[in-house]
Amino acid sequence: MNTTVTALQKVTEDLGNDRRTPRADSTLRRRCSPLASPAEQLRVLAAVPIEQQNVPVAFETLAGGLRPAGLEIFQVNVGKLCNMTCRHCHVDAGPDRTDAVMSDKTVDQVIAAIGRTRAHTVDITGGAPELHPRFRELVDAAVGAGKHVMDRCNLTVLLLPRNQGLVGWLAERKVEVVASLPHHRRPNTDAQRGQGVFDRSVQAMRLLNAAGYGRGDPHRRLTLVSNPAGAFLGASQATAEREWRQSLEREHGVTFDRLFVLNNMPISRFLDWLQQSGNLEAYMRKLVQAFNPAAIAGLMCRNTLSVGWDGRLYDCDFNQMLDLELAMPGAAHIANFDEASWHGRAIVTARHCFGCTAGAGSSCGGQTA
Amino acid sequence: MPGYYNTQHLTDFGKIADVKPELGKKFFDYYASVFVDGALTAREKSLIALAVAHAVQCPYCIDAYTQDCQQKGADFEQMTEALHVAVAIRGGASLVHGMQMREQVQKLGM
Repeated sequence: MNTTVTALQKVTEDLGNDRRTPRADSTLRRRCSPLASPAEQLRVLAAVPIEQQNVPVAFETLAGGLRPAGLEIFQVNVGKLCNMTCRHCHVDAGPDRTDAVMSDKTVDQVIAAIGRTRAHTVDITGGAPELHPRFRELVDAAVGAGKHVMDRCNLTVLLLPRNQGLVGWLAERKVEVVASLPHHRRPNTDAQRGQGVFDRSVQAMRLLNAAGYGRGDPHRRLTLVSNPAGAFLGASQATAEREWRQSLEREHGVTFDRLFVLNNMPISRFLDWLQQSGNLEAYMRKLVQAFNPAAIAGLMCRNTLSVGWDGRLYDCDFNQMLDLELAMPGAAHIANFDEASWHGRAIVTARHCFGCTAGAGSSCGGQTA
Repeated sequence: MPGYYNTQHLTDFGKIADVKPELGKKFFDYYASVFVDGALTAREKSLIALAVAHAVQCPYCIDAYTQDCQQKGADFEQMTEALHVAVAIRGGASLVHGMQMREQVQKLGM
């Protein structure tokens, strides 16, 4: 049918033969879980009994309407295919998710839109975006358009035989590697991502360090992204960064440039885990109690366009997973994206947004307050 | 009186300042200042608090600082090590009193 489809068969085969990437979980889709449906996730969230003065708490009551800012980040989610299945994944990504991978036609439309956008940064995410057959082409197009490019990387994907040489290739293009590592020590990382993931992540960091990443060079920036391994909020980013730096360098001899600390969003597999572990209500209450108005100004939904694997448009990657499309007249699709009218949109919010406004705030760029 | 300990007490702790609010305020202000990042990080202070909580056997403090340690980025292993510090000091405190016993025994015995 097209080059992506043919190449995807090879990717799936490689992932099928991959016995070395540990996996913590299976996808909700594979388990035929009701929570595989975005509508069911929204229903579950809306039904959590959190009230203030006997009225159910709505995000909009506390935060008001979020006002759009200028477009800075053009974020492309190339699909849900991943070599891992982490327990907190908000995408429900995994090796079986070939049902949701960006098609050739959409990739072409995205490349055309990158040529037109005024956003300064192209942020490529997934799944594991490096598994998309046209990942390198997408990076080259964005670099060619003069954009700063971010690769949202799970680290272990860099060790797959099919990605040999990828680190050097990214370094040549000055691509920022934004890598998930839940914790700077083994137990919490492995609990969330699978036994052995921590050691493989460190191995990938060594490759990155050897290619010049994580050593203070602004053209070889290695950003780590931390998620709490449980039903609690993220640590203070500045303090955590100092502790991570010491620990990773002393224990493993690896370095990085900066740390983002994110909160876990109560959607998809993390929502499933919250439900299964009996933590859902207390976690939602914790998010609402920790609501911080100062976190709003820096929220990613204000300055980010989020493009889905099928070309549909959203205010952020979380809304994308919940099928909450951009509130713009007509079908919001990358093929006919109109940046001027985008600025006048109303940002779509729901209860999951409490995840981004809790504590020090949380966005694709780390803490916001 | 339903019982001696109640999880709701922790949530309602602030109400202790409803009476003598000036004293309550001084305590809670001081308390908040103690735990900010300083020469020790907030995570290290939280681990100390967790250890002390076990030494003084305060279920409220154990609950609060188990959560706080995790949120500050400590893991189970680090928290367990902190716990053993408390255990070692409590145990050691008993054991070192044995020196008094020893002295008496030596004095009184033949």
